Amino acid sequence: MNNMKTRKAKLDIKSGRVNLTHGAGGRAMNDLIEVIFKNAFDNDFLAQGNDQSAFDVGEGRMVMSTDGYVITPMFFPGGDIGSLAVHGTVNDVALSGAKPLYLSAGFIIEEGFPLADLKRIVDSMGAASRAAGVPIITGDTKVVNKGMADGVFITTAGVGVVPKGLELSGDKARVGDKIIVSGTLGDHGVAVMSKRENLSFEVEIESDSAALHTLIADMVAGHGAALRCMRDPTRGGLAATLNELAEQSNVGMCIREADVPLKPQVVAACELLGLDPLNVANEGKLIAIIAPEAADDLVALMRAHPLGQDAAVIGEVVADERNFVRMKTAFGGERMVDWLSGEQLPRIC
Amino acid sequence: MKYVDEFRDGKLGAKIAASIRAEADPKRHYSFMEFCGGHTHAISRYGIADMLPDNVHMIHGPGCPVCVLPVGRIDQAIELASRENVTLCTYGDLMRVPASKRRSLLQAKADGSDIRMVYSTLDALKIAEQEPERRVVFFAIGFETTTPPTALAIKVAAKKKLKNFSVFCNHVLTPAAIQNILESPDVRELGTVQLDGFVGPAHVSTVIGTQPYEYFAEEFHSPVVVAGFEPLDMIQAILMLVRQVNAGTNLVENEFSRAVKRHGNEHAKRDVADVFELRKTFEWRGLGEVPYSALRIKDSYSEFDAERLFSMTYVPTPDNPACDCGAILRGVKKPTDCKLFGTACTPDTPMGSCMVSSEGSCAAHWTYGRFRDEDKADNNKARA
Repeated sequence: MNNMKTRKAKLDIKSGRVNLTHGAGGRAMNDLIEVIFKNAFDNDFLAQGNDQSAFDVGEGRMVMSTDGYVITPMFFPGGDIGSLAVHGTVNDVALSGAKPLYLSAGFIIEEGFPLADLKRIVDSMGAASRAAGVPIITGDTKVVNKGMADGVFITTAGVGVVPKGLELSGDKARVGDKIIVSGTLGDHGVAVMSKRENLSFEVEIESDSAALHTLIADMVAGHGAALRCMRDPTRGGLAATLNELAEQSNVGMCIREADVPLKPQVVAACELLGLDPLNVANEGKLIAIIAPEAADDLVALMRAHPLGQDAAVIGEVVADERNFVRMKTAFGGERMVDWLSGEQLPRIC
Repeated sequence: MKYVDEFRDGKLGAKIAASIRAEADPKRHYSFMEFCGGHTHAISRYGIADMLPDNVHMIHGPGCPVCVLPVGRIDQAIELASRENVTLCTYGDLMRVPASKRRSLLQAKADGSDIRMVYSTLDALKIAEQEPERRVVFFAIGFETTTPPTALAIKVAAKKKLKNFSVFCNHVLTPAAIQNILESPDVRELGTVQLDGFVGPAHVSTVIGTQPYEYFAEEFHSPVVVAGFEPLDMIQAILMLVRQVNAGTNLVENEFSRAVKRHGNEHAKRDVADVFELRKTFEWRGLGEVPYSALRIKDSYSEFDAERLFSMTYVPTPDNPACDCGAILRGVKKPTDCKLFGTACTPDTPMGSCMVSSEGSCAAHWTYGRFRDEDKADNNKARA
């Protein structure tokens, strides 16, 4: 975010809208950056006013991850596209076992987007980044013609450092390992859906959007040696994540429906909409695969953290050359938990 | 969740399953058809097949509204959506059904037709009110469950004097389809399909009641147990059918008494009778032409009938010859009997309608049950 010494910025936050001049590199763009972005993201790196930020890295391997955020609606119970863009990327970096250090943020804004909404999103992003202790140290904004984007699209990238000796990876699941989830599933997807225009139902549920790096740091500190891998079940939900891991490690998975933590409101909403909560997105949950002997201790440790209170062992890694994920149903039968086919829902993250 | 969890109680389910094992005569085979896709879905999703003894097996029937809609009707909808100012509103799972020339509504939408997914007929009405310049057509499909909401939408549109709303009616009737299956040579003469009884529809029966099944229970000596869509409903209905077969009775029993009455829902039936009348014949995928098996809009509401309004003509289109959807819908073949199943045809690349809707028997088997096939293959290999 380029910074120039300028006159007092003129921006009608209350009723103004983003126009093409806000992306043209002139005064208007500078006003936008000064008033909306710099205040929200305030940190020493940005204050230097360079086109990039330089930083030192400690010992260990570096991790980098990037993600785009195009969610509709942009504001939902428990968060918005801004906080989500911070949490999602912090989590992607941290799930490698890394300590997330810095973020970048790129904005593509549609002409006509209300400045008040933009400020709300950027403020929320700043707050999320401060709360996580992971500053946004470089960024970019572009404005595109009306119709070329849908409100605001945000891309964030993050870097972090993994402690020496820790090598978590999706291909490390072994037969007999335990599968752990950090809490209730489907909260984010249901919270977002409840606010869609054409789906008017009221449910008192908030998105679980959260930065998981402090929970992950506890897990790594306590049981890093026994951990095989971690992943966040975002789009496609638990079902997609387990299928990914099963294929990557060339194993099968067997979970127990009765042990999968679900909030009753989420179950009810999914019932109403004909969805399977196992396919619904999460933004503040993780799946961990761990050597069996450490599983119970890890769950106890996770439950001591506010973001892991409902952590539970939900199943085991089994031998299966077809890499199927199966589930013992609470009713007493068995079924597959498959990838989602086609698009179950409009985009939600 | 209250009123749902009670019907998914695994302990009770195990008890009923034990009764089925105890009461099913090991010397004979029991073969029941669940008519509804909702039941097919429940059997697969809850793993109910695992709880039944080897000599009790379920045949998946044609009660999946998306599955029985012939390709020609989808072609018509695609053509309609391409006309000037037309907005076609449809339920989501119709979007991906393959039509002829490798097209689908989803493809037509991508090509520029105004096709919108709605969750109810009221959404379509709202679009018509909000966008008076568009000619909004609701692509109505489904059995007796979805017919009353369509009837109501037409009545509301008439009351509001909406000039830009119409319905492309494809509503079909359950009893006609069941009778067609019972009369088919596969069941009656050839005996290729053994059919010892029916699990009767859940939601359909809330509208039409249990009475319409009485005729063919008696005429075709086939017991019917109307059951809810929860797993306990399903397994209880199977136990009731086993008991009827053992006792040699052909009764219509109502397991779903918490929602279904003998005469159904009089209000809903009246609304349907006000707006719709019987078609002489209608083509079903899998069953072919079935007389008096579908509804069309009455003359008194003709201004809301898209078929008349847009002078639509129906051209029958043959299914992909390699696709066994037809035989699968009649219960003559199992999904795994089809050469395309799991090879060319998966839920990501559906060739036939049974693979598209989650209620279709191929999709249900692929999504929830295909691990059993390979288990069996492995077992066979081990035995050999």
